[in-house]
Amino acid sequence: MHIMEGFLPPAWAGLWFLISLPAIAYGAVKSKKLVENNPRNRALLAVAGGFIFVLSSLKIPSPVTGSTSHPTGTGIATILFGPAVTAFLSSIVLLYQTLLLAHGGLTTLGANTASMGFIGPLAGWGVYRILKDRLSLKATVFIVAVVADWFTYVITSVQIALAFPGESFVKSALTFMGIFALTQIPVAVVEGIFAALLMGYIANLWEDRVSQEVTA
Amino acid sequence: MKKTILIFLLLSMTFVSVSSAENWTGADQKAEEAIKRISPDYEPWFTPIWEPPSGEIESLLFSLQSAIGAFVVGYIVGRNRASRDAQDD
Repeated sequence: MHIMEGFLPPAWAGLWFLISLPAIAYGAVKSKKLVENNPRNRALLAVAGGFIFVLSSLKIPSPVTGSTSHPTGTGIATILFGPAVTAFLSSIVLLYQTLLLAHGGLTTLGANTASMGFIGPLAGWGVYRILKDRLSLKATVFIVAVVADWFTYVITSVQIALAFPGESFVKSALTFMGIFALTQIPVAVVEGIFAALLMGYIANLWEDRVSQEVTA
Repeated sequence: MKKTILIFLLLSMTFVSVSSAENWTGADQKAEEAIKRISPDYEPWFTPIWEPPSGEIESLLFSLQSAIGAFVVGYIVGRNRASRDAQDD
């Protein structure tokens, strides 16, 4: 989902910054408050952020298209803290990848944070609100992580198609979904398994916090 | 943990073996090529300020990213586990 540096025309790049910057700012303020209210949140925030660091550094082969793609790792943060904090954490990872790996870009940071950090997690969060009392914790985490991951790539496809509609927006969107959303299906499943396993550990160790359904 | 690593290796192997790969390029790169196909005239208006000088350096920095994340997760989960075990005694 890393849209390359300079690959969105300035108007689109700006628009996506308008969407993601408020989310990042609100997420940063909310993170600060969470830590002030309960110092133990610092540890949970770090685990959620660390999980995003690990997962988004992997490039997992996808048998559907014969290419590789990054998981997003945002499921845990989404469930524990909601989409805004996830946007804040993701922006840190995306900045690292932009500056040190030339993956993504400064001009496309807004768009990439919007898809990976905010809109994808927002979809996952919506699913979480529906599922949370109906399924076991692990099953819920699995589904939320898969949705947040996969939807991120749907949004990336839409973002690129909006900027490069070619003959028609729909046709262009389908082209990019054929690249991103299709590749991502097995990758998202792998991510879901990891997220469910890690949440198992977390729930064990922070029973009090996780059982109050944390803060989201 | 062992189980997690095994699952990961197994899935990766299965994925690689069942597919007739087109070189396993990144989806990001394929998208870049598709953009160039749809809009051949588009010129990126900004270039990365720094790029890893080689694929090796790039994988080094990717590994560093995983290492940072895994260290943080492992340290905190481990510390909490240990302090809980200490309380139980």
